[in-house]
Amino acid sequence: MEHHYYFLVEILSGLGLGHFAHGFIHVVHSWLVICILVVGAFLLTKHVQLVPRKAQSMAEMIVQGLEDFMVEITGPEGRAFFPYIATVFLYIFISNLLGLVPGFFSPTANLNTTLSLALCTFGLTHYIGVKYHGKKYVKHFLGPAWPLAPLMLVIEIIGHFARVMSLSIRLFGNIFGKEKIIGILFGLAGMYLAPLPILFLGILVSLIQALVFTLLSIIYFAGAMEEAH
Amino acid sequence: MAIEGVDLMKAAAFIGAGLAMGFGAIGPGVGEGYAAGKACEAIGRNPEEAGLLTRTMLVGQAVSESTGIYSLVIALLLLFVV
Repeated sequence: MEHHYYFLVEILSGLGLGHFAHGFIHVVHSWLVICILVVGAFLLTKHVQLVPRKAQSMAEMIVQGLEDFMVEITGPEGRAFFPYIATVFLYIFISNLLGLVPGFFSPTANLNTTLSLALCTFGLTHYIGVKYHGKKYVKHFLGPAWPLAPLMLVIEIIGHFARVMSLSIRLFGNIFGKEKIIGILFGLAGMYLAPLPILFLGILVSLIQALVFTLLSIIYFAGAMEEAH
Repeated sequence: MAIEGVDLMKAAAFIGAGLAMGFGAIGPGVGEGYAAGKACEAIGRNPEEAGLLTRTMLVGQAVSESTGIYSLVIALLLLFVV
């Protein structure tokens, strides 16, 4: 693989952190995404007014839309876990879009980032299950009939770990593939604007993959909340 | 230049990566096109629900696309790990 030029890595190299920055490009860029989100949230909530201005009404629209999207699936009791869902959505969306800016890297184009996100969803799913059902949460894993319980237990456990795999690899593969295609097209015919349609598709993919990750998280949460069949 | 065992292994891995990506792209391509066609039919019949239908279609397509993404991962493993 040839050497890629990333602004953040060069800046950190200037500060004497080059060794860390070269080894953990996705971590450095996910710090940038965290900074964008924190500063953005701070700026948007600094002057909250009853009659919203432009920026505030846009932020309200995003949050309101996400909340309606979630409550539609889980019902009103799922509102307690809305902060997690909104955070994950915004984080993934901003991370995906960051990769479209030349000189930056999508943190989600690395399996470590997406796997940690998927593990958070996995952990929270079972926390919700234990919180809502206590000891009875075991029933979720035992299937409908008692004689089949040992078989169902194995299948359900494999299924729950497959969720982590599919969530993380789906996001990673999409974003990594997008970055690779844009890179190859830039190398082949960057002067003739060849990557332009793929860049447009990239915006779409960024939004859809962020939406799919959050939607599947919401569905898993709703599955952990409902009574065992 | 003599061709050795390592070169043969590399060649086989590259052929395998190409085949995995090519055949793996057939399924999602056909399936997603089918889903988009059905969504167009449904929007034609019921234009008020276009927003909901488009959203559902996109989410379903993204989920069914994961098989293609798995073949991409296999191809990448063959290219860079083997």
